[in-house]
Amino acid sequence: MSPQPLSGEWIDIGPVGQISPGNARTLPVQGGEEIAIFHTLNNEFYALVNKCPHKHGPLSQGIVHGTVVTCPLHSWNISLKTGEAQGEDKGCVPTIPLKVDAGRLYLQRAALMAARAPERAA
Amino acid sequence: MLVTAPDTQISAPAACGQRERLVVIGNGMAGCRAVEEILARDAARFAITIFGAEPRVNYNRIMLSPVLAGEKSFDEIVINTAQWYADNGIALVSGDPVVAVDRAAQTVLSASGRIEPYDRLLIATGSEPFIIPVPGKDLAGVVSFRDLDDVDRMLAAADQGGHAVVIGGGLLGLEAAHGLTLRGMQVTVLHLMPTLMERQLDEAAGWLLKSELERRGQTILTGADTAEILGRDGHVAGVKLKDGREIPADIVVMAVGIRPNTALARSAGLDVERGILVDDHMLTSDPAVMAVGECVQHRGICYGLVAPLWEMCRALADQATGQPTGYTGSVTSTKLKVSGIDLFSAGDFSGGDGAEDIVMRDAARGLYKRVVVKEGRLVGAVLYGDTADGSWYFDLLKKAEDISDIREALIFGQAFAQGGGALADPNAAVAALADDAEICGCNGVSKGTVVACITGGAHSLDAVRGQCKASASCGSCTGLVESLLKVTLGAEVEAGPKTLCKCTSFTHDDVRRLIPERGLKAIPQVMQELGWKTPDGCASCRPALNYYLLCAWPGEYLDDQQSRFVNERLHANIQKDGTYSVVPRMWGGVTTPAELRAIADAADKYNARLVKVTGGQRIDLFGIRKEDLPAIWGDLNAAGMVSGHAYGKSLRTVKTCVGSEWCRFGTQDSTGLGIKTEQMTWGSWMPHKFKIAVSGCPRNCAEATIKDFGVICVDSGYELHVGGNGGIHVRATDLLCKVATERQALDVCAAFIQLYREQAHYLERTAPWIERVGLDHVKAALFDTADAVAVLAARFRYSQQFMQDDPWAKRAAGAEAELHQHLAEFRPFPAIAYKEAAE
Repeated sequence: MSPQPLSGEWIDIGPVGQISPGNARTLPVQGGEEIAIFHTLNNEFYALVNKCPHKHGPLSQGIVHGTVVTCPLHSWNISLKTGEAQGEDKGCVPTIPLKVDAGRLYLQRAALMAARAPERAA
Repeated sequence: MLVTAPDTQISAPAACGQRERLVVIGNGMAGCRAVEEILARDAARFAITIFGAEPRVNYNRIMLSPVLAGEKSFDEIVINTAQWYADNGIALVSGDPVVAVDRAAQTVLSASGRIEPYDRLLIATGSEPFIIPVPGKDLAGVVSFRDLDDVDRMLAAADQGGHAVVIGGGLLGLEAAHGLTLRGMQVTVLHLMPTLMERQLDEAAGWLLKSELERRGQTILTGADTAEILGRDGHVAGVKLKDGREIPADIVVMAVGIRPNTALARSAGLDVERGILVDDHMLTSDPAVMAVGECVQHRGICYGLVAPLWEMCRALADQATGQPTGYTGSVTSTKLKVSGIDLFSAGDFSGGDGAEDIVMRDAARGLYKRVVVKEGRLVGAVLYGDTADGSWYFDLLKKAEDISDIREALIFGQAFAQGGGALADPNAAVAALADDAEICGCNGVSKGTVVACITGGAHSLDAVRGQCKASASCGSCTGLVESLLKVTLGAEVEAGPKTLCKCTSFTHDDVRRLIPERGLKAIPQVMQELGWKTPDGCASCRPALNYYLLCAWPGEYLDDQQSRFVNERLHANIQKDGTYSVVPRMWGGVTTPAELRAIADAADKYNARLVKVTGGQRIDLFGIRKEDLPAIWGDLNAAGMVSGHAYGKSLRTVKTCVGSEWCRFGTQDSTGLGIKTEQMTWGSWMPHKFKIAVSGCPRNCAEATIKDFGVICVDSGYELHVGGNGGIHVRATDLLCKVATERQALDVCAAFIQLYREQAHYLERTAPWIERVGLDHVKAALFDTADAVAVLAARFRYSQQFMQDDPWAKRAAGAEAELHQHLAEFRPFPAIAYKEAAE
């Protein structure tokens, strides 16, 4: 694939086929946070900062079920849609607006650059 | 992205007494429907000319599947006959496509050179099949599935018989496959994604569909990526996949998708993105030009289904006849036109926050229903096996009606939910059943029997299952039994034993028993047949089911990587900072200077921040990045080492002391036996991690009495110990038996492991397992019958032949590289800002 122009609201991060269902892949952002892009078993895509609000575990490595990912470090369940911790756990990780267009994934540029790591839970 | 509606109103009408000239490009369903809608509003307004590329009248394109299947003839799917064009004074120019539009002159030019002036132009060029750009795509015998000519080509091929390959397991591809199967061809469907029709179906329904199509003789290959279409003498001969497989083919049907046919609009200078941009009144960027159908992009969406066409055409006609109303987009639903398969999906069934899934499965009838409710409204539905309520759900969905009042009964369908009064409450409905009404079809248990069982003292679901068998087989009547418990006992209902997880009413033991008993061989199948309450399980049940299936069907079950914890997917241990630790295997804890050098080199090369000797006599390299794992494994493999499985629910290590070879107290060759034990057991997946040790004398330097399986060598043979644990609750082993020879020790070890593998719950170590079932149970299972050890050991060894495959070697050679690579890297600051990782 040829390099993409930098301009524009949406950043093309490549074809949807790069992430198989139930999996996630990562996108490091220079000067920013690494982003995890998820493909659910229901064939939906979501992007979150790749850090659990609990102890900053890499969410991209968790098990995906429904629209939830279970963090590999301590099994917190994080909503892929809102970034909120589920159940009794409290915390939230920033989500990045994502769109799928003509088989390609796009992340919103401003959100991508502004995303910051969640504060670690005590 | 929204299309801003042009403010411009429709241009002035033509001279008095003269009709406006409307030219329609496209004689398909959208173009003709738009004309019908216009005529219905104002038959005298326009003088209409329709250009069509195909040399025939307008027909119902979505009925091409039944024509291919031989269920309908072409005449039966014609929508507008020649008479209709004549009756309405429409000039039809068929077989002569428009090749250019001159918007300044307001004329169109056809292929034959005909120039037609217009006042209003309607573009309805539809879509074209997407042809995947692989070698061989232009060979004779490679067809798409778009028009009657394609159907004729498929029918001609089917007359010769042989093999058909359909690329694309979506709606269109499966309908093509169905037709070709009925016409007698051997059909293979290749689908890139793991689930058929993944845009419309969830995993559960996709699996049911796949099973049914396979039952009908089709071969369905999911995750199949086409590399090349193979030819012989200019004609297609087969398809080659990227994994190297080759499938013979006499015809190849490309049905991977469609894309809007926008070439004409683009060359005319209209605003085009993916489709021709239109506003809510179907006007393009030129107010004299309208567009409708699959060629347009409205509010960011291009539709590929028929229903939105009708709504677009209505808005278009309202606007064209001077009473604009507007089109705001469509909610679409899908039905598969394959006879005998009832399948429906609509709306958003991605679940998520605030969305609740209501799932009903009936294994006996092959039924799966799932509705998604959010904030009191129905937002999505997937139905398989019984779609009678599809249109009712679709209606509720489109109207966004508040369904709170009927929520409890929603999943049972319209008749039940709107039955009113008592019927809307499932408990009341069950209470109203007659005593002889059958509750459990599998075991033939009536309501009276269940109630008698409950009043007789069975106060929990599990007790009812135990005593009268109701809902003990497929579980699909669990809800009814639970209702009966509630109706009979009120608040006295007791919770049963812990279920596997909240997704199911079955316990670990139930699921383990039912998998072989009912021949369940895939995760979606278990969920369907055992009535899972969630569509695709959770982080607790998926890994458990994956293990149970792996254990039950060695060599047959295909491991589901998405159901594994990260350590088992990446074959390394994740650490708190997201890096990994890497442990190469050292058989029996024995290493060599050459191995140590290779480990030291790897530690240097990959910046291991800590090198640590483990409690299991191995060397652990910490701080390795996910991206570097395949490379470090490659280096360790090159030095003769394989994965140490220090990360898995599997055999971890066999710890040894030096034994009789060196130690002045040693009684047997404990090191040698440890190495043999490790060579026999490495790579085996278990309910939990499993540790072994072999000590050469009762001084027990290898700490064998706190291992899952421990051997203490004595002068007269080998004492075999089980169920030890050095974890939170320290537990010393129980003595299982004493044997005389190494061979016997190995056999008992294999048999004990297999018993644990087959009977323990997932994530249950041997210590709690033995405490739960009792040492006597284990001894009885191993020693009460003469050949039990041999039979269990044979099952273990059989299973091991599929497991002893170094996972590092495959990854180091490049398998599943995407698991270790970033998708891309985003660098907002330097001049050349964007760098793509290798695709």
